Amino acid sequence: MNQHSGTPMSAEPLVRIEQLHKRFGDNHVLRGIDLEVAKGEVVCIIGPSGSGKSTLLRCVNMLEEPTEGKVVVGGVELTHRDCDIDRARCITGMVFQQFNLFAHMSVIDNITIAPRKVLKRDRSAAEQKAKMLLDRVGLAEKADAYPAQLSGGQQQRVAIARALAMDPQVMLFDEATSALDPELVGDVLNVMRELAEEGMTMLVVTHEMGFARGVADRVVFMDGGYIVEQGHPEQVLGAPREERTQRFLSNVRER
Amino acid sequence: MSLSRRQRLRLLRGVTYTATVAALVLIFLVVDWGELGGALFKWDIVTDQFPDILTTALRNTVIFTIFGFIGGLSLGLLLAIMRLSKVKPYRWFAATYIEVLRGIPLLVTLLILGFGIPIATGWQWPNPYIQGAVPLALVAAAYIAETVRAGIEAVPRGQMEAARSLGMSYTRAMATIIIPQAFRIIVPPLTNEFVLLIKDTSLISVLGVTASTLDLARFGRNGVNDTANATPLVVAGLVYLALTVPLTQLAAWMERRSKAGRR
Repeated sequence: MNQHSGTPMSAEPLVRIEQLHKRFGDNHVLRGIDLEVAKGEVVCIIGPSGSGKSTLLRCVNMLEEPTEGKVVVGGVELTHRDCDIDRARCITGMVFQQFNLFAHMSVIDNITIAPRKVLKRDRSAAEQKAKMLLDRVGLAEKADAYPAQLSGGQQQRVAIARALAMDPQVMLFDEATSALDPELVGDVLNVMRELAEEGMTMLVVTHEMGFARGVADRVVFMDGGYIVEQGHPEQVLGAPREERTQRFLSNVRER
Repeated sequence: MSLSRRQRLRLLRGVTYTATVAALVLIFLVVDWGELGGALFKWDIVTDQFPDILTTALRNTVIFTIFGFIGGLSLGLLLAIMRLSKVKPYRWFAATYIEVLRGIPLLVTLLILGFGIPIATGWQWPNPYIQGAVPLALVAAAYIAETVRAGIEAVPRGQMEAARSLGMSYTRAMATIIIPQAFRIIVPPLTNEFVLLIKDTSLISVLGVTASTLDLARFGRNGVNDTANATPLVVAGLVYLALTVPLTQLAAWMERRSKAGRR
C-alpha cells in the first residue's frame, strides 16, 4: 500500500484505520476498512453515494462510533474505551456539506468560540487568530456578519476558518462543495487547494474529480463498504484497474 | 325560477347577512342597556375597586405568575434535557412526570399538593405564596418541558455535530450552541405559556386566602359578594386582559418576525 506521491513522510502515519466496521442495525456500511494517511498527505475519497465514504470520514473523529476496528489519529487511539474523545477531537478539524455555522453567532464568534471555551485561549488572542484566518479565506471584512447574511460559498469558507482555528493536525472535508451553487464551488476549492499546498494533512470526501486529480496525493475509491482501489490520482482516475472503478468514473464523466 | 348557480349563491349570502344584522338589531333593541350596565359595569363600584385591585390583587397575581414561570422554566429546562438524555431512567422519569402533571387538572394538583401533603405528612407550607406558587410551577414545568424539547429538536442536528467536532463536550455544546438557538425558536410559544400561567393563578385561591394574598379573580369574587353586583368581576376581567392582550400580541409579532427572518 505504499504508492504515495513523492511527499516526504514520517514513519508513523498521522491517521491509521484498521479493520474498521460500521453497522447501522442490519445495514453493514463499512466492511473492514484499512487506511493510513501520512503527515502532509492529501487523500481524496471518491465513490458512489451509499458507498460508506462519509461514514468512514465521520468515524475518523468519532461522530460515528465504529462497530469494530481501530482508529488512531496523531498517536491517540480514538476507539480505545478510555479515550477522552472531546480532547482527541481537537486533533481533527471537520468541514461539513451543510456548513453548520452556528446560526446565532457572528462570524468572528463562530471562529473563536471553540478556541476560547475548549482551548481556554483569551479572547483577544483568539480574535487575532480568527482575523488572520478570515483574511486567509478572503473574508476579512465579514467578521461581524451573521451566517444568514453570507452566501453558501462564504459560509463554507468561514467553516474552514473555524476548523483551522483549533490548529488541527488533520482536516476532514465531507463533501464540502456538494451543497453549493456551481459558481461558488471554485472559491471553496481554491481555499482547500491552498491549504493542501501549505502542507495540511487532508482527508477529502468529494465528487470533484478535477480537484482530486489536481490536488490529491492519493485517491481512494470506495464501493459497498470496501476500499476497492487506491493509488496515485493519475492511475486511479486515468487508468483504473478495477471494473467497478471504471464503471463509476464513466458514469461521472457522462454528466 | 331560472337563476344561475352564481346568482343563487349571491342571494343566499345576501339573506344570511340580512338575517345576522336583523338579529343583532333585535338584541340591541330588546336588551335593557341601563339595567345591564348597572349590573355589569356600575361606575361607582368600578371606582371603588381602585386602588386595591392594583396594589393587592394585581400584585399577587403577578407574584404568583412570575414565581410560577421562573420555577417552571428552570425545572422545565431540566426535564427537557432529561427527556432527551441517553440515560434511560432519566428519560423515563421526565416522561412520566410530564405525562402525570399534564394529565391531572391544575385544580386537583393544587388541592393535592396544597392540602393533601400537609394532611398526609403533618408538614406545613411555610407561607401561602409558596403554597400556591410551588404547585403552579410544578405543573407549568411539565408544559414548558415539552415546549423546550420541541425547541431543542428544531435546532438542526448539524449544529451539535459541528460543536462536537470542535472538541466541545455534550454539555458545553448544549449550553453554548443548542439551547440558545432553541430559546430563540420557542420565545413565541413560551410567551403563550406565560399568558396561560397568568390565568391559571386564578385557581390558587381554592387553597384559601388571607386579605393580603387575594389574587385578581378572588378579589373580583369577593367584590361580587360585597356589592351584590357583577361589576367587580368585570373589572377583574379587564385587568387580566390588560395583562394578556399585549403579551399575545407580542408573541404574534415575534412569530411573524421569525417567520419572515427564515425566508
